[in-house]
Amino acid sequence: MYAKTGTTTTKITTRRLALIGAALALVFTATIAAASPKIETWTTANGARVYFVPAPELPIVDVRVVFDGGSAKDDGKDGVAQLTNGLLGEGAGELNADQIAERFEGLGAQFGGDAQRDMAIVSLRSLTEPSLLAPALITLATVLTQPTFPADAFERERTRALVALRSEQESPEDIASKAFFAALYPDHPYGTPPLGTEESVKALTRDDLVNFYQRYYVARNATVAIVGALDRAGAEKIAEQVVGQLPEGKAPAAVPAVPPAAEAKLTRIDYPSGQTHILLGQPGLTRDDSDYFPLYVGNHILGGSGLVSRISDEVREKRGLSYSSYSYFIPMRAAGPFTAGLQTRNDQADQALTVLRDVMQEFIAKGPKEAELTAAKKNITGGFALRLDSNSKIVENLAMIGFYQLPLDYLDTFNKRVEAVTAAQIRDAFQRRIDTQRMVTVIVGGAAKAAP
Amino acid sequence: MRNLKTLILLCLLIPLNTLAQSGGAVHEYRLDNGMKVIVKEDHRSPVLVSQVWYKVGSSYEHDGITGISHVLEHMMFKGTKNHGPNEFSRIIAENGGRENAFTSRDYTAYFQQLEKSRLEVSFKLEADRMRHLLLDPEEFAKEVKVVMEERRMRTEDNPQALTYEQFNAVAYLNSPYRIPVIGWMGDLENLHADDLKRWYGLWYAPNNAVLVVVGDVDPQQVLALAKKHFGPLKPSKLEPLKQRQEIAQVGTRRLTVKAPAELPYLMMGYKVPPRTTNPEEWEPYALEVLAGILDGGSSARFAKHLVRDTQIAAQAGAGYDLDSRDQSLLILDGTPSQGHDIAELEQALRDQVKRVRDDLVSEDELKRVKAQVMAGDVYQLDSVFYQAMKIGSLEAMGLSWRVAENYLERVKAVTAEQVREVARKYLVDDHLTVAVLDPQPIDEERARRMQHGQQEGGNHVR
Repeated sequence: MYAKTGTTTTKITTRRLALIGAALALVFTATIAAASPKIETWTTANGARVYFVPAPELPIVDVRVVFDGGSAKDDGKDGVAQLTNGLLGEGAGELNADQIAERFEGLGAQFGGDAQRDMAIVSLRSLTEPSLLAPALITLATVLTQPTFPADAFERERTRALVALRSEQESPEDIASKAFFAALYPDHPYGTPPLGTEESVKALTRDDLVNFYQRYYVARNATVAIVGALDRAGAEKIAEQVVGQLPEGKAPAAVPAVPPAAEAKLTRIDYPSGQTHILLGQPGLTRDDSDYFPLYVGNHILGGSGLVSRISDEVREKRGLSYSSYSYFIPMRAAGPFTAGLQTRNDQADQALTVLRDVMQEFIAKGPKEAELTAAKKNITGGFALRLDSNSKIVENLAMIGFYQLPLDYLDTFNKRVEAVTAAQIRDAFQRRIDTQRMVTVIVGGAAKAAP
Repeated sequence: MRNLKTLILLCLLIPLNTLAQSGGAVHEYRLDNGMKVIVKEDHRSPVLVSQVWYKVGSSYEHDGITGISHVLEHMMFKGTKNHGPNEFSRIIAENGGRENAFTSRDYTAYFQQLEKSRLEVSFKLEADRMRHLLLDPEEFAKEVKVVMEERRMRTEDNPQALTYEQFNAVAYLNSPYRIPVIGWMGDLENLHADDLKRWYGLWYAPNNAVLVVVGDVDPQQVLALAKKHFGPLKPSKLEPLKQRQEIAQVGTRRLTVKAPAELPYLMMGYKVPPRTTNPEEWEPYALEVLAGILDGGSSARFAKHLVRDTQIAAQAGAGYDLDSRDQSLLILDGTPSQGHDIAELEQALRDQVKRVRDDLVSEDELKRVKAQVMAGDVYQLDSVFYQAMKIGSLEAMGLSWRVAENYLERVKAVTAEQVREVARKYLVDDHLTVAVLDPQPIDEERARRMQHGQQEGGNHVR
């Protein structure tokens, strides 16, 4: 339970990366259906949308509250969404940070938060035993509805954000990812880094956080997902208790549409690493995109299915050029990125980039083979049950469905829609949407040296 | 049955009582060829995970062939007499499955996650590669390059991971735990397919393997399928592994690692014992609680005192791995906050060590740690994979999965006096290794400024 996480003491080495976080998010958010759970949904008196699935088997409750208040709403104050989210547990009502932590942890409850580009998330996992759950919910409601943003905690967390920013600068992967988003979204809120920049974070004030909180952490901008050993009445009570005291407020305007890529761009950053990290891509999919299924299934074949995908086959299996090579779409409110990437020894970077481009060009020009399409469909639909085999996966999917307001039968119809995709549709969708002549290319690494 | 157990669990949560290996019933079998088969039922979802664990990892290796267990793990996907390279992965994928493998110091494991009707697909393929791997030299030549890329990515271009690797190599003098799982680059370069053939012959046999299946399955059917596919495999004569127990450490060891980085980083490791099957022992559980007192969440001492109160650390952690074959380390680590340096951070961590050695931890702290452990024991039932992982790793380390049955009870029995006692016994300077990451300038402009005497980067965060 107290085993360390993170790279420093990791002693397990796996054959392949457990798909990078973003790709993983895609998998979880994208694929679910068949014998999917029955979703109940309603709206609280003050306007928050609630999604509930009963899971009676384990004495656990998961609550996930999502606001349209991610870094896409930073609006020139880069980093404010993340810092606001991070400060919620640092002081609320009469409680200081120590007391909040002690209250949750003394009950064995797990409290968490995060802010990505679209979503700001606050989550709680607790046992259902009333003497544990009830006080955990009280503390959660306090943190959500009465955060105090103490001045000293603000200064401290801002300083820690600056340290985190420096830590990103020692990771060629993080440097590449930042540069990639900046190049992909030059005049769009998705282009700025969620953590902010040194300048923007230093310029933030406590008032910025308070204003951000007041604007976005409101009921009409909230989605509540609940999964656990409860009935509908119990879930209604929880929703009411957790977000019932939020002001009604209103949902913000939608994030602007992303203009299609105009021209090819190359960003090259020197870094004293043994490997060069390469990212290729352009703006891709919205969550409700009409090309969603052809692009999703097509990408599964191109670079989304781990070691059996085309990119991995050409880059890794046939040539041994890279440990991790992949492509993925992140569907978002506005067009999220389409990304293909790899990392390789510096002196092989040109070769690897050529291979990656060639694989993509070939796929876009000719589309998938029938056998590939059949195999991909079998993998996606045959593994459907794995996407909903735990409460934590279900609650994540519920929050996604609620946040993006996908139809409630989204899960039920998913497999059918995957089955309906044809090779011609995939080729057509890729040809219309992905243009290798207008790709963003980011290359981060050292000068080529003789092989070590 | 499972629901009843869940109910019992629920009832027992509040009184300080326990139900250790919680969840469904566990069934244990042994095939005639010596292979152990363990099945745990979890019928929440129509899925299963199947894992094959081999008792071999980097701590079975010696100088010159480091990383060979992990390279062999990669090669297990590169073809047998019956299946071509990567065909294993393609078949699993077509069956809607996810699969992977991992290597650690003490084990190598392979797994597939599947819809419940597909178990036989997994058994057929795993049984095939347990005894019939090809280890084709051409495939090997490509795959070892992939592993070198993996090493560059995970370790060489990651300053904290690089620090950890060298820290281990200094903390352990003769224990094989000094060997990095991924292997030293030079050893990877000198590895041959023939070396792998030898290694495969030594360790890949049914009598050195444990099969674990958790999910929506019938144990008798799993056993029947296991007999059908693994049963015909011949056992090997296993050479007993020579014990290389770490010699006593007789004084603090210190090392510095210079690497391109922005932030300094500190690791401090004390030699500590792992848990064994001895039902009388309490020290490992007291060490587990001690790690929780220091870093068991946001209310623990490191977050409260080092990050929030004194703000010396931007991040600080404590980790103790209860399970290993041999003596391991309780590791403290951290990054200084702005305006503080490594020396201050080390002093702050030492002050925390002194405090647990001098004073009893409070009842509130103890209760909090135990509440988290108790709840965590239930939360982990949400993951079929984790349940299998726990059983398999204990078995592969030569312990029994039953050791985990008493985990909650043992943790709950830990007293404040015992926490102080293990702190006094194990957190001693003579058994300490300290590693410091000394950041080197990343960009050349900064390097030039450094040469002109302008302090930047260096050992101190500005």
